[in-house]
Amino acid sequence: MSVTILAPATAPVRAFSLMGFSKAQVWALVVLIVLIVACPWLIYPISLMRLLCFALFACAFNLLIGYVGLMSFGHAAYFGMGAYVTAWTAKNWGLTPEVSVVLGGVTGAALGLAFGWLAIRRQGIYFAMITLALGQMVAFFCVQAPFTGGEDGIQGVPRGALFGLISLKSDMAMYAAVAAVFLVCFLLIHRIVHSPFGQVLKAIRENEPRATSLGYRTDDYKLIAFVLSAGFAGIAGGMNALVVGLSTLTNVQNPLSGEVVLMALLGGMGTIFGPVVGAGIIVATETALAQADMWVKVLQGTIFVVCVLAFRRGVVGEIGHRLRINL
Amino acid sequence: MSLDRRTLLAAAAATPLLGRRANAQAARPLRIGVLNDQTGPYRDIGGQLSVNAVRQAVAESGAGLQVEVLAADHQNKPDVGASIARQWFDQDGVSLILDVPTSSVALAVNNVAREKNRAYVNTGAATSDLTGVQCTPNTIHWSYDTYMLARSTGGAMVAAGGDSWYFITADYVFGQQLQRDTTQFVTAAGGKVAGASRYPFPGTTDFSSFLLLAQGSGAKVLGLCNAGADTVNSIKQANEFGLTRSMKVAALLMYIADVHGLGLEVAQGLFLTESFYWDMNDRTRAFTKRFQTRMPGICPNMTNAACYSGTLHFLKAVQALGAGRATDGAAVVAQMKAMPTDDDAYGPGTIRQDGMAMFPSYLFQVKAPSESKYPWDYFKQVVATPADKAWKPLADGGCTLVKA
Amino acid sequence: MSATTAPLPSRALLERLPLRTLGVVLGVALLLFVLNAAGTIQLYRPMPVLLGQLSLGLINGAFYALLSLGLAVIFGMLNIINFAHGALFMLGAFAAWAIAAPNVWLGMISPGLAVPDWLQLGYWPALVVAPLIVGLFGLLLERTVISRLYKLDHLYGLLLTFGLALILEGLVSNGFGTSGLPYAIPDALKGPVDLGFMLMPRYRLWVLGAAAGMCFVTWLLIEKTALGARLRAATENPGLVQAFGVNVPRMISLTYAGGVALAAFAGVLAAPIYSVNPNMGSSFIITVFAVVVIGGMGSILGSIVTGFALGIVEGLTKVYYPQASATVIFVVMVIVLLARPAGLFGKAA
Repeated sequence: MSVTILAPATAPVRAFSLMGFSKAQVWALVVLIVLIVACPWLIYPISLMRLLCFALFACAFNLLIGYVGLMSFGHAAYFGMGAYVTAWTAKNWGLTPEVSVVLGGVTGAALGLAFGWLAIRRQGIYFAMITLALGQMVAFFCVQAPFTGGEDGIQGVPRGALFGLISLKSDMAMYAAVAAVFLVCFLLIHRIVHSPFGQVLKAIRENEPRATSLGYRTDDYKLIAFVLSAGFAGIAGGMNALVVGLSTLTNVQNPLSGEVVLMALLGGMGTIFGPVVGAGIIVATETALAQADMWVKVLQGTIFVVCVLAFRRGVVGEIGHRLRINL
Repeated sequence: MSLDRRTLLAAAAATPLLGRRANAQAARPLRIGVLNDQTGPYRDIGGQLSVNAVRQAVAESGAGLQVEVLAADHQNKPDVGASIARQWFDQDGVSLILDVPTSSVALAVNNVAREKNRAYVNTGAATSDLTGVQCTPNTIHWSYDTYMLARSTGGAMVAAGGDSWYFITADYVFGQQLQRDTTQFVTAAGGKVAGASRYPFPGTTDFSSFLLLAQGSGAKVLGLCNAGADTVNSIKQANEFGLTRSMKVAALLMYIADVHGLGLEVAQGLFLTESFYWDMNDRTRAFTKRFQTRMPGICPNMTNAACYSGTLHFLKAVQALGAGRATDGAAVVAQMKAMPTDDDAYGPGTIRQDGMAMFPSYLFQVKAPSESKYPWDYFKQVVATPADKAWKPLADGGCTLVKA
Repeated sequence: MSATTAPLPSRALLERLPLRTLGVVLGVALLLFVLNAAGTIQLYRPMPVLLGQLSLGLINGAFYALLSLGLAVIFGMLNIINFAHGALFMLGAFAAWAIAAPNVWLGMISPGLAVPDWLQLGYWPALVVAPLIVGLFGLLLERTVISRLYKLDHLYGLLLTFGLALILEGLVSNGFGTSGLPYAIPDALKGPVDLGFMLMPRYRLWVLGAAAGMCFVTWLLIEKTALGARLRAATENPGLVQAFGVNVPRMISLTYAGGVALAAFAGVLAAPIYSVNPNMGSSFIITVFAVVVIGGMGSILGSIVTGFALGIVEGLTKVYYPQASATVIFVVMVIVLLARPAGLFGKAA
């Protein structure tokens, strides 16, 4: 299955470029930063932090599907294993949060290296099914392995003190840390995409045989992209574990893999801000709709159906298309 | 333009979260939250039934307090459950959370309740850790746990002649714990375990292979260490293979809703344990009748009844302490432990030091279709285990609240 | 071909032997033998046990084959990854219940609304009526919603049908609860059949026969009849076939309805032995997907053969390492996809 991302509208060439962002994108970034700074005073910080973690997860996933054209159906494995490793090391070894989150990212990347190496050999839907199968095996492993705490999960994970100095117990302090990490990773992902390396990735998405004929070792590029994507997913998982104070099987299971695909699709694959908006929609429906008790499932399904039929480019993609800018 | 649209979008998505904060500032009434599974596999066990039970308790409490009842669906996800619990405690002034099935979510909310010092009465989860190694001064566990189920079903059935067992166990903590606990009681009562099959959970719908092995083992009792749809499937297929005629079937965790879903034709002769049955005595029948004024045609189970009793007892405790102390979870729970309980659903009882609500447990057998005279007339009582024997001994749980 | 240069038959055979695969298989067999001798695993099981588990696995395999058949038909003909297949299977089971117990749901709409006894159809009529009803519903879905996605990437069809599945499951669970509805085995099929090594419930043998029969009929229809030929041609080149005067859109709609009807038929078969609850489809859907992928997406024969094979593999796993019986299919999938990229019977993209 070649994922034909509806190509972003070609905007008139502008000379302006700040770190690879066009003018419109800089404005969008400013809005994002303003929202990140202002929202915790209006919205419950824990929900916002979860939103940021999932937004990072979705951005990591989007790196793979939006810019390389690889659809991974088992991405929750990297998020979940990152969460478990972070939770376990923070609880049992008392590591400071920045170290345990980095460890979570490294775990995700290592897993990504192993699985990516296996999966890269195939294309399209078969690549997707291999990643799905590998994700299922990780889920099975997590159920059986004692260190994950099985169905109960790892509970009571302490937030610790950042660098050993700044206590993250208060929600606002934790929020500042999470927001900072999110922004850094977000900009980093964008930097990766808007670099010579990123150009090759996009070339691979458009026409892999051509890229190969130009002399690029496409398998290596795809593998590196996979590892990066898995690593960022691991960081997102680790942060999430610290925010909610637990890491359970729901983080490695299939529904989460499906949700991240949805976040990317709803927001707009191949756009920079799309995954963030997509994550926002999904987390908001999950939390806000939770109070709608009986109708959660039906409402979720309706949102997906409507978004596929009406917002095929995703929310941000549609906005960008209408305004003839790339977001 | 993109600015406005984007902001509008974010604002629209955030409005439901926004609205709550504004409400929280006004002088607010007492708030009680029911957090359970409203759309997943356990929706018929807790779901709207528990919400109804709590509303009924609030209406009947006569405590003269203004009480609001909130409900939310944790979708069996600990992340979601913990977030909702935090938001309820932090922003919405909720003083008590009830129900919370699924052990991973139950334990997560347990930690949150301790951290925010609010009251937590769990009526839906099976893990005995809530009154064991993870006990807190803020938590009460009411209605059942794996020990109580194992003791009532395991011990009593051996006494009734079922002395060799074959287990079909869901391969996760709940199933494994049930098997472990039941084995302990079976062997203590002089029985033996002929074999066991562990199957992957979730994801198994066909139990025929394991039923075949059970049949081959020659055991007298088939012990099902699972719950929900797994139990229903196991029983349906056991019936199909004729096992229900040659062996006694003990469902370690089963609710009246599951029996209703199976039909008496298939479910007759099953053994199960609950701590409440709607038709046990006049008081429970009266409670059920009042329950059905809001939810006709459905009978409450032990989880819903425990929500009702827990709410009533909580409101009594708050009344005794004064409404201002309602948000001091540890104090209210201490008061609840100090006062004996009594209501139409569970009758008289006490709450122990470790948070365990002490009531008798009952081993029921499902009636044959000919024995059932009216709708929901499903159970006949076989053995009642008195309250002081039904639950794990205080010293064995590993709870730090227990003074040695 | 000149007689003097014709290669010896044995050499030609040798060149075609998949040496690498043989090597792997022999290696695994050797490993198992060594482990068995060392006592780590116990390969020997009493023959009745092994035969019993294998026959149960075969029956499950027939069931998987039937379910994956509908999915393969829909993917092969329409290029839609129908994630709603599990929900439609569930609707088939619910339709069977609704046909057998109409007074219950009629009473839910308005108390006192009832239907005379003779209209309460049992199991046998349900086998035909339920797939018809659900198939019509599938037709409606296709006409309104799914047909918009044909020109798009598979992903959108997958997501749309996933959303549809959520809506269906949510609505059904709000209406009927999640504890399940009673549905009994029809009287004619109750009781066991003595196979010698085990007592097999008569109903299971019926499931085997019905599922295998339906698979065979479908395969025959698609591969061996003129209608099937037209269908296959239409998926390869719809424009050309339409130019010949064949009403392609209608054929595609009916094909989708047919795939849905297959799922519903499986649902009716399942109703007496599995709990009839809204989530019954989601337990099967991932396994069935794996079957279709391993068999080769779009290959009818592939999904039938793979369905049966996988049932047997799962049965064997339940004997030796039951905890992994839900995961073994994914291990198989990875191995197959790495060895043969397009699945066992698929054509390389």
